[in-house]
Amino acid sequence: MTQPGEAPESAMDVSMLAGYIKAVVEGSVPPLWVRGEVTGFKAYRSGHWYFTLRDAESQIRCVVWQRDTARMRAQPDEGMHVVAFGRLNVYAAKAEIQLSISRMEAEGDGLWRKAFEEARLRLDVDGLLDPARKRPIPRYPRTIAVVTSPDGAALQDIIAVARRRDPTVAIVVVPAVVQGDSAPASLRGALKRVSKWRGADLVIVGRGGGSREDLWAFNDERVARAVAACPIPTISAVGHEVDVSLCDLVADLRAATPSAAAEAAVPVRADVQAEVTRTARRLRVALSRRAERARGDLVRTQREFGSRARRVIEMRRAWIVSLSASLDALSPLRTLDRGYAVARREDGTPMTSVFDFTAGDGFSLVVRDGKVDARTIATRPDTE
Amino acid sequence: MSFEDDLARLDAIARALEGDRLPLDEALRLFEEGVARLRSAAAALDTAESKVKQLVEEADGTLTVRDTPK
Repeated sequence: MTQPGEAPESAMDVSMLAGYIKAVVEGSVPPLWVRGEVTGFKAYRSGHWYFTLRDAESQIRCVVWQRDTARMRAQPDEGMHVVAFGRLNVYAAKAEIQLSISRMEAEGDGLWRKAFEEARLRLDVDGLLDPARKRPIPRYPRTIAVVTSPDGAALQDIIAVARRRDPTVAIVVVPAVVQGDSAPASLRGALKRVSKWRGADLVIVGRGGGSREDLWAFNDERVARAVAACPIPTISAVGHEVDVSLCDLVADLRAATPSAAAEAAVPVRADVQAEVTRTARRLRVALSRRAERARGDLVRTQREFGSRARRVIEMRRAWIVSLSASLDALSPLRTLDRGYAVARREDGTPMTSVFDFTAGDGFSLVVRDGKVDARTIATRPDTE
Repeated sequence: MSFEDDLARLDAIARALEGDRLPLDEALRLFEEGVARLRSAAAALDTAESKVKQLVEEADGTLTVRDTPK
């Protein structure tokens, strides 16, 4: 009995050989990292990506299955130098070896930067980066929602700073996973809940520092869109030093760290109390000034009309008795300011009725900045 | 009406009263509103120290605020 392929009589079928190659290659080579240059990249409608990795001497066909593409930051560019992690597959119909890639990074930060820039551009096109969109942060929030990990240092920092500044400000944690594959969906869910709840005056969304990979959920385009869509003003607080995240770009305010976010969000209680006290004082002072002025106006009005014109006061009793709008209407200075004129006889008494005028007689017209000598041509009483 | 709204309105009222364009009855009306809003703002400030709470989504989709599990 000869082994398959050992002699002409036991020659293998091609498919048998392909199966043999497949078994050997796939069975003996563990998943591995490969370094090379991307060429001939093509993303198929099925969602799979195909390209070739090469170096100066060799090349190998590569595939990224659709389910794995979500983990890639962006599609690699032609000529990009990458390191890819995958396992060898044999495509039996052609006995061809290909590398099925599940993880890939560009050398340097090519893919990260590319993904970030692409998403940033889309947000920009949709107007979400427009500075005019940014809402003012409430000056006196009483309830602050914090979208973050309930176990993270970020939350503890925020609580500590907020407590120190004003222990009566309520903090409501909206728990979310802030790193790893499930983070984007979890953050979006938390943002949705806080939007629906509407019980907060302000939302802080963030986490403490970490590697770029740890922070990547805050560069997720859909998370950024959820931040932008939040009906409540937002402060982003992604603890990192240099890089700005997409969430930072769309939030109403960017804080460098969670502690800084709490500082920006919570005013010091003593300052708020002082502000309330100051306002109370302003109201009292303003009202007493207004009352004094009203008294002065009344005295002036009575002097002006004098005993001779008491009739006029009687006729317009409502104006004076109410001490209200009538005071203003009767106060010559204020009325003239508005563009009215007062007619007066030679002796200074006001002429307020058409019957005070006689055709041919002179009188003077007092306007805001002087007097006009005038003469009555004719009078025309209103007919009722 | 939130604390923030109260303070913003109080500032507007104070400004209006400080200006000299206001008829007296309007000034009195605004002052009374100001006093009411000062009370509400002072009451908001006068709350006890607050505990950290958690926003939780119930099985039926409603949102409730609960004490944080410790």
